[in-house]
Amino acid sequence: MGVDALNLLLPEIVLLTLACVTLLGDIFSTDPHHRTGYWLAQASLLITAVLLAAGYSTDVQYAMSGMFVSDPMSAVLKLVICIIGLFAFFYSREYLGRHQILKGEYFVLGLFAILGMLVLVSANSLLTVYLGLELLSLSLYAMVALHRDSKTASEAAIKYFVLGAIASGMLLYGISILYGVTGSLELGEVAAAIEASEYSTLAVFGLVFVLIGVAFKLGAVPFHMWLPDVYEGAPTSVTLFIGSAPKLAAFAMAIRLFVDGLGPLLTDWQQMLMILSVLSMAAGNVIAISQSNIKRMLAYSTIAHVGFLLLGIVAGTAGGYAGSMFYVITYALMSMGAFAMIIILERRGMEADRLQDFSGLATRNPWLAFLMLILMFSMAGVPPFLGFWAKWFVLREVIQAGFIWIALLAVVFAIIGAFYYLRIVKLMYFDEPLDESEPECSISLRAVISINGLALLLLGLSPGMLMSLCVAAFAV
Amino acid sequence: MILNQLPLLSLLVWAPILGGIWVLMAGDRQQQTVRYLSLIISLIVFALSVLLYLGFDSNVAGMQYVEYTSWIAAFNINYHMGIDGISLPLILLTTFTTVLVILAGWEVIERRLSMYMASFLIMEGLMIGVFSALDAVLFYVFWEAMLIPMFLIIGIWGGPRRVYATIKFFLYTFFGSVFMLVSFLYLYSQAGTFAIHEFYELSLPMDVQKLIFIAFLLAFAVKIPMWPVHTWLPDAHVEAPTGGSVILAAIMLKMGGYGFLRFSLPITPDASMALDGFMIALSLIAVVYIGFVAMVQQDMKKLIAYSSIAHMGFVTLGFFVIYMIAMRSDSLDGMVMAMGGGMIQMISHGFISGALFLCVGVMYDRMHSRQISEYGGVANTMPQFAAFMMLFAMANAGLPGTSGFVGEFMVILASFQASFWIAFLAATTMILGAAYTLWMYKRVIFGEVANDNVARLADISHREKLILVLVAIPVLVFGLWPQPLFEIMNPTLEQLLTLAMRSKTGGG
Repeated sequence: MGVDALNLLLPEIVLLTLACVTLLGDIFSTDPHHRTGYWLAQASLLITAVLLAAGYSTDVQYAMSGMFVSDPMSAVLKLVICIIGLFAFFYSREYLGRHQILKGEYFVLGLFAILGMLVLVSANSLLTVYLGLELLSLSLYAMVALHRDSKTASEAAIKYFVLGAIASGMLLYGISILYGVTGSLELGEVAAAIEASEYSTLAVFGLVFVLIGVAFKLGAVPFHMWLPDVYEGAPTSVTLFIGSAPKLAAFAMAIRLFVDGLGPLLTDWQQMLMILSVLSMAAGNVIAISQSNIKRMLAYSTIAHVGFLLLGIVAGTAGGYAGSMFYVITYALMSMGAFAMIIILERRGMEADRLQDFSGLATRNPWLAFLMLILMFSMAGVPPFLGFWAKWFVLREVIQAGFIWIALLAVVFAIIGAFYYLRIVKLMYFDEPLDESEPECSISLRAVISINGLALLLLGLSPGMLMSLCVAAFAV
Repeated sequence: MILNQLPLLSLLVWAPILGGIWVLMAGDRQQQTVRYLSLIISLIVFALSVLLYLGFDSNVAGMQYVEYTSWIAAFNINYHMGIDGISLPLILLTTFTTVLVILAGWEVIERRLSMYMASFLIMEGLMIGVFSALDAVLFYVFWEAMLIPMFLIIGIWGGPRRVYATIKFFLYTFFGSVFMLVSFLYLYSQAGTFAIHEFYELSLPMDVQKLIFIAFLLAFAVKIPMWPVHTWLPDAHVEAPTGGSVILAAIMLKMGGYGFLRFSLPITPDASMALDGFMIALSLIAVVYIGFVAMVQQDMKKLIAYSSIAHMGFVTLGFFVIYMIAMRSDSLDGMVMAMGGGMIQMISHGFISGALFLCVGVMYDRMHSRQISEYGGVANTMPQFAAFMMLFAMANAGLPGTSGFVGEFMVILASFQASFWIAFLAATTMILGAAYTLWMYKRVIFGEVANDNVARLADISHREKLILVLVAIPVLVFGLWPQPLFEIMNPTLEQLLTLAMRSKTGGG
């Protein structure tokens, strides 16, 4: 391992070191507001983000004897993950403080989860994939259980842990089969070995288990059962975190495993993903309509979005992967904003997670209502917001790849989905408020959610740069 | 000329949008300022559109005022705008109607005034964008973005069932448009560009053309609306505030017609020709059946809404009867007359239906009822108003001398060259239209004073009179002298005809 490899791994190494520093710093601080932990965590993310941005390169480089890869996709995704982490920590702090669960561990666990994501995004070996995934998942399980006196949170954590462990087991089983078939753990060699040998049922058997693991992490139907419960049960700031950055990592995992590792089995996983994708869009959009808890509604909407973003991978072309990547980045931004809005609208210590909590928001606070309107129309895929371009991009690639019927199905489900987003807008703008109280949240929180919401509008007006980045990520 | 240096179209699109944001920022504290600010912005935009008209060269068939900048380079999407003879009249209609709508909401709207005015201004910009976009994606962005302000307008300031109406409106139109998006993406996969004019040159096999035609049809038929996807319109019209109804009837419906001319006919000419019987049948159902439906309505706004559907049936009839004319007589004049009739009908319907909705709005503001049965003898208490409404009712019935006559007459005349029966059925509108409009007029305006509420009515204010005079001018002018409209449109229509008449199935 030479100096080059160290350079390549620098952001991860720095983040690991800083996470440990944060842990120690927080232990030795007696501040009940955990300022040290918070600011150290934010500084760690910022430094990592700067290192990542500075190291952006369109070359594909390997390190650690091919277990670690740095390519344009990983560069972009890692940077976005760090930025989302910054936002998520910011949103979390006030929420945790209000609910008396502000602990230094939250930020440390968050940093380790982000480290896991970075490793996962850059994984070039089945083993690295597994390591990154476990580091990410274990941190998340603990974060969900953070509110240990809350029954729902504990239930959600146990559910998440048990189902997550089963999924990891499945993944590991699939990995072992693939190792048995190909004799290698490095993704490139796995692909080469499958390519060289004749069609192997055993490899497809391994693929099925790997696919289940990925589908579980993404939350695609029928492996979505954990998602609504965890989203509803977890403290909202944790839901915000789980619902945004890890999706980027899960997307990267799908690309690494299916495209880099199992590329020769394209037609096999294409069909499987197609079924998962259509089922997810159908179930997610339809079930979301009947939800009265907004966190659950957004959970089902997540499932629907996952279905849509899988479509790009189904297309099986570089453009399709780029479309999916664009979609997942967009989705992370929107989901983060929507959950942040729930945090902001909280009043007198009551979670604003029922749909009625949004009624009459336009009269109570027009600006927040407008931001939520942007978020909702963006999720529904109405131009000129960024969410439209995400759908547009994926649809374009799906049609380009010749799957017109799938594209038609996707747009039909998008129309069904539009209904429940419109309902939120209806509650905010057309209904009278339940009471006149103003949301109690700090100015800085409002400022950050404004940046988040307006980003969807401004990026929607000029989505070209982000699109080019995504296209460049797969233009090898 | 300095006019050609200015990016007039961009100004027309962005001035009202930015102006709307400004109005929104001004807030509700100083209502008078908000009103005057909105009026001034809409007048400036109208003045800009007049400049557009003055600088327009009506001898040229192609696009003018073209603006072209790269927008999303990665996918060859461009900010490509331009207008020809069919978009110019619609843009003028848009800017003119927006001024009226702002005047009409002057004292009536008290709740969230700045948002009301801003919604209409922003929508004005988006609608002009729809009429001037030459890039399919740009067109789609404007087309869909327009739904958001309209959704809010109906939902916030609408009647008792506004939520149902506005969600129905949104989902119906959204449903139609997404299929259009899929066809745009398919056309892109064939042509490698989103430029609408490149789509014209694309050879497409017949079955593909038919599918694309149907996808376009879903989008445009919902918007126009054609039977049987018209059911959102009566609900939306009835529940929308007056301004919303006016914009819906005067401009939004025209986008469907515009879409047929800009997309369906030139991009899928063979499918249009193959399915023209189907389109004519749908148009005639709209004219005849919806005409009867209009007659039994108890609610004035609903009646006008159904009458809009019937009148828009003439538009689609005019656009699609050209293939039959070509088959029977091959007379170029007949075809231009049919299409021109459809276009004139769109413009004139914009003024007339807008005017009628304004009239109902005037009465509704006083009585808070739209039921015909609650009125009667309004002429006794509001004589000036009764005179204005008489003019618009006659125009709606297609009386010669008003703009309503010109378009209908041209389409009927042209249809004779296709088939006697088509013309015969279309001509029933002269009877039906007169029947439902004048019968409503009689029940509402004439007769004894029906009740105390009517007896207490005050005649129209200066502001209302100004609005009605403003809208009466084009109704009469284009009725007596439609020549300027023809001059603008004809070169473009002739070019469009050659595009619509050629076959694109061969060679690929």
